[in-house]
Amino acid sequence: MVSFNLLVAVALAYVAFLFIIAFVAERQAERGKGKWLRSSVVYTLSLSIYCTAWTFYGAVGYAARSGLEFITIYLGPTIVMIGWWWVLRKLVRIGRSQRITSIADLISSRFGKSTELGVIVTLIAVVAATPYIALQLQSVTLSTAVFANSSGQNWGAPELASAALWVAVGLTLFTVIFGTRNLDANERHNGIVMAIAVEAVVKLFALVAVGVFVVWGVAGGIGPTLDLIDASKIAEWSPPGGRWFGLIFLSGAAFLCLPRMFQVLVVENDDESRLSTASWAFPLYLMVMSLFVVPIAVVGLDLLPEGSNPDLFVLTVPLAEGRSGLAILSFLGGFSSATSMVIVATIALSTMVSNHIVVPIWLSSRAGGAMMSGDVRYAVLMARRLSIGGVLLLGYIYYRLSGGGEALAAIGLISFTGVVQILPSMIGGLYWRGATRWGAAAGLITGFAIWAWTLFLPSFGADEVIPQIVLDQGPFGWGWLRPQALFGFAGLDPVIHAVLWSMLLNSAAFVIGSVLTFPLPLERLQGAQFVDVFEHSTGTRSWTHGGAEAEDLLVMAQRILGSTEAQDIFQREARGQGKEGYLPDVTPKFVEDLERELAGSVGAATAHAMVGQLVQGASVSVEDLIAVADETAQIMEYSSRLEAKSAEQERTARQLQEANEKLTALSIQKDAFLGQISHELRTPMTSIRSFSDILREGGAPDAMQARHAGIIHDEAVRLTRLLDDLLDLNVLENGQGTLSRQEGHLRDVIDRAIAASVVGDSAIKIQRKRAEEAIALDTDLDRLTQVFINLIANAQKYCTAAEPVLRIVVRKAGGRMAVDFIDNGDGIAKEHQEMIFEKFSRLSDHRKAGGAGLGLAICREIMIRLGGSISYLPGQGGAAFRVILP
Amino acid sequence: MGKRVLVIEDEPNIIEALSFILSRDGWTVHTHSDGVNANERIRATPPDLVILDVMLPGKSGFDILRDLRADPEMQALPVLMLTARGQTRDRELAEKLGVNRFITKPFSNAEVIENVRALVTG
Repeated sequence: MVSFNLLVAVALAYVAFLFIIAFVAERQAERGKGKWLRSSVVYTLSLSIYCTAWTFYGAVGYAARSGLEFITIYLGPTIVMIGWWWVLRKLVRIGRSQRITSIADLISSRFGKSTELGVIVTLIAVVAATPYIALQLQSVTLSTAVFANSSGQNWGAPELASAALWVAVGLTLFTVIFGTRNLDANERHNGIVMAIAVEAVVKLFALVAVGVFVVWGVAGGIGPTLDLIDASKIAEWSPPGGRWFGLIFLSGAAFLCLPRMFQVLVVENDDESRLSTASWAFPLYLMVMSLFVVPIAVVGLDLLPEGSNPDLFVLTVPLAEGRSGLAILSFLGGFSSATSMVIVATIALSTMVSNHIVVPIWLSSRAGGAMMSGDVRYAVLMARRLSIGGVLLLGYIYYRLSGGGEALAAIGLISFTGVVQILPSMIGGLYWRGATRWGAAAGLITGFAIWAWTLFLPSFGADEVIPQIVLDQGPFGWGWLRPQALFGFAGLDPVIHAVLWSMLLNSAAFVIGSVLTFPLPLERLQGAQFVDVFEHSTGTRSWTHGGAEAEDLLVMAQRILGSTEAQDIFQREARGQGKEGYLPDVTPKFVEDLERELAGSVGAATAHAMVGQLVQGASVSVEDLIAVADETAQIMEYSSRLEAKSAEQERTARQLQEANEKLTALSIQKDAFLGQISHELRTPMTSIRSFSDILREGGAPDAMQARHAGIIHDEAVRLTRLLDDLLDLNVLENGQGTLSRQEGHLRDVIDRAIAASVVGDSAIKIQRKRAEEAIALDTDLDRLTQVFINLIANAQKYCTAAEPVLRIVVRKAGGRMAVDFIDNGDGIAKEHQEMIFEKFSRLSDHRKAGGAGLGLAICREIMIRLGGSISYLPGQGGAAFRVILP
Repeated sequence: MGKRVLVIEDEPNIIEALSFILSRDGWTVHTHSDGVNANERIRATPPDLVILDVMLPGKSGFDILRDLRADPEMQALPVLMLTARGQTRDRELAEKLGVNRFITKPFSNAEVIENVRALVTG
């Protein structure tokens, strides 16, 4: 006989051991050493929370009552895992790219971040999970009672209740300590995952140990065990019928929808490749778990007196054989199954309750009040902790109310049926863009109501919630609404009856609701993100055909990252390719790296869309731009409503808005560039053509003809200059042409530039200190002169002062030599300073300028090629440009 | 006195060419080279025909046309549009906004004369 005190001591030691495991794992993860914590093995083991006390104890009871049917509970998840490529992979990818925190968050996010759907899913999950948590409390107390009674104590209801209370309090403590350490949106609980992985090993080992003992220690080997099975009624094989298919569907669907499974499958998973290992390893785990279920059941039926609870055979068979050590191990296995399920389920549910119910209420009750971010953190943390306590309290209350009399399997199936009401919205949301929030809400509410009416409420027993007369004749005597024979379909098993009707009507309401209503823009956006997640998110995909020009990518990168950072990235890449000083080749790898850099600023989806536009040459139509603008407006409206809520959300909204503006600006700019070239070429051609027509027709006075010929000449010169500039720019941008390096002095370069640009009666005065200009240069002096000429000519053309003066100042800037060109005019308005280096960015009336607006763009390209830079210097009084020498 | 045509265009040489060939064809030519005040100019002394460039400083030809057609009294005024961008999208937009004729630069003088005569007959 096991001393009850010994059992309590062992259980406490085991809990302490779990605390240490969780603590060490957390510490390792904090120090960044926790790589092994996130291996595929740990992941697979963490999935074993599917096997709760219901599986550990209940499977044997199930087998003793209904034969091989218990296998269906394992077959569903096995099919889901083997088919991971189709559903699970998508879920995990979405979970990661959308930073999903729970299944309620998934549904809410998919349907345009709907608050209401989040609440509905949370309520369904809590109601459906409560009996399940109660079941775990019950199994721990029942198994404890077995030991208490066998050591002479006689436990009645009061002792059982107080044991359940202690277990609930202990679980609350453990979950609060390790489940609410941090608040990261897709937080990972390293300590808890590690602890449940250890528990997974313990429960498997315990069940196998009992199984081995039963086969070889009690029955006397495999042969006699088989004989025993043949002799029992479990062997009365009935071919799998509708009930089997119903249960396989139910367990597979529940595997996807259970909040705790979603937590370990998706939220705690940061690497989808682990799924491929788990796809065979987890079914293997389930197979081993189920291997000895039938032998234990038949031996138990054979060995123990009639009327013994088959749900406890795993425990009572070793005890009856006097194997107290084995019995304690078995107790720990059951204890592990129950606690790991409760801990993870509680974390998952409390996240949902706090994120979708408590925090929104708290925020709206404080609307208008200034909010510090620390304030929110504390509130959310408290909300989580209170929710954990609340969920466990509900479980405890249900346990007390239900009286703990149900067979374990029955409670489990009721829970499963409740939670799979989420399935149509989830699967529909993953694969059907047309699904809408109204459809989802209609489906969820319909399914939940049918579940409650046909299965959940009757489960309390006749006359507890639903009177016997309603069960027999329907409400108000409406027979077609009888809870267990809806629409007159009597004679079905209650669970199958409820699954059939709830799924059917849930899906129908979902589809009809979706077809009848129109998705909001944000829903459409999210729908596309979910349904086409593999096109939108960063995964293993790569750019195969590179049609992009490095220059296009650079322009885009500069707009997003800023000039310096973008230049750094491109120069680094060019160095890596051995092309220092030139633009790098556009290799698929470079594009991927660049996209990752951009994603850090504007988010993965936007970065991908922008890069895709350039690389794959996808053009943007006006309709697309309008749609983007439309949706931007919607998102902005949505954002502005949220703005008051937290600083973090505000930042995200701003980034999204900026990203959209950038995307729009970029597309317009590309179109505008072609339009500009066309315009710049056609304008002089128009004058030439028109005046040459006039000349050919003849008849005008000679003076007039001479004037017209003069215009033709001027316009031809303008056209030639434009073409020269365009070709020059093209050569520079593509890194063609060679630089002719020469040694020389800065002073001579400036002399030459002034001589070439200050011609005739130019009024501008140039101030310089020739002594400072004694700097030796080793670069392409002609190109550098070209830059200086451009800057001096610009000052001549644009300086508006009455007595224009241009100062040329040489100074040290950031460790390099710089030449500043500063005039005394009005300067350039702040909003224009960024764009003056862009092609065709002409600020003033261009006929006065006489150029096409390519001068500064050429200067910039030259300086990039030479390894220097040119920039606008704000705040100098007039227009000021700084040339950093190579 | 011939029919009055208002040329809204910002390139001086093109203004000169258009003025020359239109005057020679018997039109009284007025010119305006700024986008911003173009509508006021048209309403102040409505011409028989407007020749309108697309790319104008301050306000595009499309915007001018849109504002013009919003005025019930100006809906029948013939407008000939000139563009140097030569994209079909521009033509579609112009037609949507209610242009009467649309010519892409560079144009031949005959083309211009033919179009303005078609727009203002008699």
